[in-house]
Amino acid sequence: MPLTKISNIIGRGIHLPGDDIDTDRIIPARYLKCVTFDGLGEFAFHDERFDEEGQKKAKPHPMNDERFKGASILLVDSNFGCGSSREHAPQSLYRYGIRAVVGVSFAEIFFGNSIQLGMPCLTLAKEDIQQIAKAVDQNPATLIEIDIAASTVTCEGEVFKAGQPEGVRSSLVEGRWDPIGELLENSEGVDTVISALPYMSRG
Amino acid sequence: MKKNLFEKVWEAHSAGRLSSGSTQLVVGTHLIHEVTSPQAFGMLRELGLPVRCPERTFATVDHIVPTHSQTEPFSDPLADEMIRELRGNCADFGITFFDLPSGKQGIVHIVGPELGITQPGTTIACGDSHTSTHGAFGAIAFGIGTTQVRDVLATQSIAMEKLKVRRINVNGRLAPGVYAKDVILHIIRTLGVKGGIGYAYEYGGEVFNRFTMEERMTVCNMSIEGAARCGYVNPDETTFAYLKGRPYCPTGEDWEEAVAGWQSVASDPGCSYDDVVEIDAADIGPTVTWGINPGQAVFIDESIPDPETLFNGDRETAQEAIAHMKLRPGQPIAGTPIDVAFIGSCTNGRLSDLQEAAHYLKANGHRVSPGVKAIVVPGSQLVSALAEKEGLDKIYSEAGFEWRGAGCSMCLAMNPDKLVGDQLCASTSNRNFKGRQGSPTGRTMLMSPLMVAAAAVTGKISDAREVFGVSIAGSE
Ligand code: SF4
Repeated sequence: MPLTKISNIIGRGIHLPGDDIDTDRIIPARYLKCVTFDGLGEFAFHDERFDEEGQKKAKPHPMNDERFKGASILLVDSNFGCGSSREHAPQSLYRYGIRAVVGVSFAEIFFGNSIQLGMPCLTLAKEDIQQIAKAVDQNPATLIEIDIAASTVTCEGEVFKAGQPEGVRSSLVEGRWDPIGELLENSEGVDTVISALPYMSRG
Repeated sequence: MKKNLFEKVWEAHSAGRLSSGSTQLVVGTHLIHEVTSPQAFGMLRELGLPVRCPERTFATVDHIVPTHSQTEPFSDPLADEMIRELRGNCADFGITFFDLPSGKQGIVHIVGPELGITQPGTTIACGDSHTSTHGAFGAIAFGIGTTQVRDVLATQSIAMEKLKVRRINVNGRLAPGVYAKDVILHIIRTLGVKGGIGYAYEYGGEVFNRFTMEERMTVCNMSIEGAARCGYVNPDETTFAYLKGRPYCPTGEDWEEAVAGWQSVASDPGCSYDDVVEIDAADIGPTVTWGINPGQAVFIDESIPDPETLFNGDRETAQEAIAHMKLRPGQPIAGTPIDVAFIGSCTNGRLSDLQEAAHYLKANGHRVSPGVKAIVVPGSQLVSALAEKEGLDKIYSEAGFEWRGAGCSMCLAMNPDKLVGDQLCASTSNRNFKGRQGSPTGRTMLMSPLMVAAAAVTGKISDAREVFGVSIAGSE
């Protein structure tokens, strides 16, 4: 299954501070009432951004800030995406326009879901994220460049060494980030396992 | 080589290594529900692929089902569309669907175990993070995303990184009025909501040896709240006794053979773990969450912490939590007025949960405090039928609770059961995230079923042991 190779992502940044931002916040449950992911983009962080009448909340939210419109690189803190397994969360961010997330750490299921839709998640030290966030905040036009192959994030000429599992890095760069092709190919391997497991082969 | 259960199950289900370095892990049992499967079926159709093992896939409908009446069409056309979509997909691909009229519908994590689909030594995946519940049987059970649901449908396998294993021993005896829910809330509070990243939790020790299957499920259910992808208890006689005679369990010679296999899959005595944690049961008290993640919890006789005394990220999260929950640092948690009481969910919606609170409500003749809306939602139609046979529905109704039909209900806001405005809910569910119960300003406090019952009858967060006079004889 040929996929796009993901090697360089360049874009403007948007910073969402706070640890343990859960998937219920990223996409509130009532927006999961859908049979396709289309159209989820506008509901990303809906309840943090809008009040019950659909008006922008008085408390500023970066995603409501015109200055960060069109940003494609999301900067977050630790344990981002914790909570439910809903793929609606990364899907809504992707459809909002996010193409990569850079954070201190990620919840596992969120991380896996993001990679499987081709939205890399890289880790950086908290100070590095704060430094980039500061630059973005002072000048929202600041470009952030992510080099997946080299695992680096570059901002204002400074190169930060980012973290990502080696397997993930290579699968993004080589366009193998959706594993379905390989999983299908090894059908025989699956058969072997199934026939050795009584509960699966008993029928 | 001595091995733990996770390693044995992982090896038995490994079909090979992928070029990314991940393992191709065979998923023995695939559970699906209406929220996270429609897009997966869509992708499958786009690729023109069949379902690889329809006989290993089981479906139910839980999140969107209204609990005041399960009659279709539902008042919400979107909910209607979702159940029709699932029904159609199951029919098209030959998948067993425990539909509303089947008498077997319910929350997926309650249905799997009670039908005997959940078995030791298996791998179980579902597009739902609380799939960790099934680990109570000694299964490696974990939540997956929708694209992975597609992978399982198409290939009966997924790409996955091996987890590390942390053994958590809880030894000693729980005091009366302290429940499985308190054990897991205490574990999460101790190890943190990020503590389990990269780990499977293996629960053991005297407390788990004595626990019933339902209690084990309550603990395993919330493993994910501590960031552990899965949590499990080694299978033992309690497990086999629970499973014997369940519809999807083997019978006759197959049963004997299965039990032998299940015994051999348990962790070997003296095997190694990546980490071991010891917890003393005597240190655990009735626990209540005060914040916006399940790790922000205190014992019923403690006060809301002062964020200033916490460190770094914890301090900021605590400040945000206290503002959202409209609490004051230093204020005792007991006495906080509540608006809504909810007993149900895949954490505490099983028969024993409903029995425990009913027992005390009846014995004391208590009634729900005026101004409190209290609902009891059985986790499945089978739980509902068993509870009604025992007359639990009457006990709850007489006490002023609404007795509902099976579903996820007020655990999350995908059905008509929702908080309104900044209502505060004493809840037996598993997540207290902002907005989780349907109102962006709604407030959730997590606790055991008996603590919810105590809050319902007093109108405020209360120590159930005092409210109901819980005695040594009344609880283990
Ligand atoms: S009861 Fe709650 S946690 Fe459990 S499956 Fe339903 S929505 Fe998810």
